[in-house]
Amino acid sequence: MNNLLDLYLTYFKLGFVTFGGGYAMLPILERELADKRHWTTLDELRDYFSIGQCTPGIIALNVSTFIGQKRGGVPGALAAGLGFLTGPICIILIIASFLTNFADLAVIQHAFAGIRVCVCVLIIQAVLRLWKKSVVDAFTLFLYLVVFLLNAFSGIMPFKIPPAMLVILAGIAGVAASAIKTRKHGKEASEK
Amino acid sequence: MTILRLMLAFAKTGLFSVGGGLATLPFLYEMSDKTGWFSHADIADMIAVSESTPGPIGINMSTFAGFKTAGIPGGILASLALGAPSVIIILIIAKFLEKFRDSKYVEGAFYGLRPASIAMISAAGLNVAKVALVNMEVLQQSGPITDFFLWKAIILGVLIFIAARKLKWHPVLLIAISAAAGIIFQF
Repeated sequence: MNNLLDLYLTYFKLGFVTFGGGYAMLPILERELADKRHWTTLDELRDYFSIGQCTPGIIALNVSTFIGQKRGGVPGALAAGLGFLTGPICIILIIASFLTNFADLAVIQHAFAGIRVCVCVLIIQAVLRLWKKSVVDAFTLFLYLVVFLLNAFSGIMPFKIPPAMLVILAGIAGVAASAIKTRKHGKEASEK
Repeated sequence: MTILRLMLAFAKTGLFSVGGGLATLPFLYEMSDKTGWFSHADIADMIAVSESTPGPIGINMSTFAGFKTAGIPGGILASLALGAPSVIIILIIAKFLEKFRDSKYVEGAFYGLRPASIAMISAAGLNVAKVALVNMEVLQQSGPITDFFLWKAIILGVLIFIAARKLKWHPVLLIAISAAAGIIFQF
């Protein structure tokens, strides 16, 4: 029981100090979970992160589930996850209830019109940061362009592909393309 | 009833969004178009609030969207629904960690998923730009085409981009500056 409470409280605290989502969290987790508490090692944490990044869902929650599970099985995973979510959910609920009361004020509307501009820039930045690792050859560039066009101009397309379907199709295309690539490599190697 | 639909929609989002918080955006736009629970402008505001508060961005977005749609219970349940697939999937993977890491199929799938994921984030960025940088209503009316661009916003955008890329200022600082600019120059 103490173990679960410890997991919950540790993650409750972590929930307050992680700004900016998944990628910004790694140094904080390294310090708190590996250096200070020895719940995991740096290598293990990196592994959890690389798997957390490429599995569906919230990266931070994926990583906390790994560590919670290791410390206390399924209850441990739930304690860590719920602990991690408690703070952020409360903060947003408070902000959201303020915003709905003040949303009609001219000052708030002007502020958000300015902030939306910043949001555009932050999204461009996220795309640029992920670009190098994601768009690595002609196939991935082609896939990027197709998915972008289907999404950006879904309003004027004669048919609409829901994002969930696009994700599934992209996964299948990836498996097929890398299978073809390895076969080609294999042939070239045997010809030599 | 709305809460149940809200939870289902966010559980689906959690199951299919690969690559972090912003990957939830295409699903939020789809939700907005289909249900009208929140507008495209609301989504842009949600991103701003999420980027400037602690916690995973995806969770921040679901709390905000859930609250807008169904009050405090909506905010809590939407977030738990978004998180549930993560927890279940990782609990399964943790059992087969070695196999998962070395699987050719998993590697191949992500070869395709990564570019698709940032393509959808890019399209979401275009959606935000439509609200933030241009006046789409001009296209329907017969106004001068120069009114189409919100010049003040575009200039701010260029400056913020430089501050973010070259000077590497923190997002929270950039958001604060943009809010101040919006108020001072009456965006």
